[in-house]
Amino acid sequence: MTDKPPVLDFATDWDHTDPAWVNDPYPIWEDLRQRCPVAHTDRYGGGWFPATHAGVSEIAKDTEHFTSRTVIINEGRPTDEELPAPIGVAPPITSDPPFHALARKLILPAFSPGVVNALEPQIRELCNRLLDDVIGEEVVNGSLSYAKLIPPGVIREMLGFPAEDTEKFIEMVHIITEAVDLPLEERIEAFIPVEEYFVAQIEDHQDNPRDDLTSFLLDAEIDGQKLALEHVFGTMVLILVAGIDTTWGAIGASLWHLAQNPEDLARLVNEPELMPTAVEEFLRFYAPVTMARLVNADMEYLGCPMKEYDWILLGFPAANRDPVVFKDADKFIIDRAENRHVAFGLGIHRCIGSNLARLELRVAIEEFIRRYPKFELANKKDVTWAQGQIRGPRNLPLRILS
Amino acid sequence: MKVVIDGELCQGQGRCFSIAPSLFGFDDLGDGVVLGDGTLTAETLDLARLAQANCPEHAIFIEESS
Ligand code: HEM
Repeated sequence: MTDKPPVLDFATDWDHTDPAWVNDPYPIWEDLRQRCPVAHTDRYGGGWFPATHAGVSEIAKDTEHFTSRTVIINEGRPTDEELPAPIGVAPPITSDPPFHALARKLILPAFSPGVVNALEPQIRELCNRLLDDVIGEEVVNGSLSYAKLIPPGVIREMLGFPAEDTEKFIEMVHIITEAVDLPLEERIEAFIPVEEYFVAQIEDHQDNPRDDLTSFLLDAEIDGQKLALEHVFGTMVLILVAGIDTTWGAIGASLWHLAQNPEDLARLVNEPELMPTAVEEFLRFYAPVTMARLVNADMEYLGCPMKEYDWILLGFPAANRDPVVFKDADKFIIDRAENRHVAFGLGIHRCIGSNLARLELRVAIEEFIRRYPKFELANKKDVTWAQGQIRGPRNLPLRILS
Repeated sequence: MKVVIDGELCQGQGRCFSIAPSLFGFDDLGDGVVLGDGTLTAETLDLARLAQANCPEHAIFIEESS
């Protein structure tokens, strides 16, 4: 990380890694909605940030003027040999139409509600094992000891990797999520153990096919052709990257909310039938995922002079706080009946893991509050938030109350 | 009255079949589908409206049946 000058005005110089944005972005977005609904920055080689639901929605659905070739903002720009559009490095998230639909349809069945809902008992058991590990402790880290460990456990099972590899697998996940910020060469270096481990798992599945996602991918075909092993490997990595710190952030932020809002916590404990609306409100209010696009060609759009290769920071979390679409948008309402939130995106890239993420979030909260019906932040100052496009508490010490 | 899902607009957000499993199901890809012919009764109309009000893609329509 280089030291960057602090942002003085987010309307003309936004930076989503600025400490003010990382710590509490909501007032910044509200201010932008009122005076500059599409903010600009010269950082990262130039970019735009629509702060309204209308702006986010229009761009998310417009795959003609914007490309998904790179969805994480950085200082560089894709070169043609590096990223063969419209496929991209991690299909389908980096793919544009028409290839996108092929890559997406291939994995959708593995994440359909029928398949995913069958995982509920395993997820519940996993949550309870994690809670057993910290039994009797006065302060439990809701992020590091709980929220962080649930998504990798679930995905390890889905991919059909051995249970005894849990530690090793969490290490792989750590490498992948941390390596995203490294320069390319170091990233390739860091990836070697991941690649070795995945290749060994793929080979084991080739020899012993079973009913899991790895075997499903090895068996899948596009146009009558089995997928190249690189494609299988790439999709497995995408599922890890897309499925882990996102859900970790959602579970952590929900616990953070409950720790500070005892009346919501008490209602959820006493009225479990509120869970479905509560889960959607957690997702609306603390939506963890912001994705990016690149502008395809110079144009005037939403009244802004956009240039080819300008970034668009697609703030689904900001759209979720827009008072034009949500009544009392800045209030967390646990039984909000009408909630058209866009935490899982809009349009063709709608989160493939949304059914799974909802299930994990619901079960994680149900089990935590069943075990601990009363808790609070141990020390507000110790809570830290992830920097970048995936938001969530990284450190979350919770004091268990009796 | 009848409820329909516009298959072009539906992206499988999954809200309709969670809120109103008696009216909506899902296909192999996880997209929402209307169960049966979608005819609504006085009792199910409100439920269909609630699902409609929660669809992020605005893919649910309630029509006068002809
Ligand atoms: C609360 C947790 C999660 C949130 C908030 C979330 C959010 C999102 C969002 C906003 C997108 C759209 C990206 C875009 O428009 O560029 C997306 C895409 C995606 N997500 Fe998630 N996600 C979550 C969990 C998961 C999980 C658990 C998985 C899989 C195990 C997953 C897999 C994917 C994939 C594969 C895509 C790409 C879909 C495509 O491009 O067609 N996500 N997610």
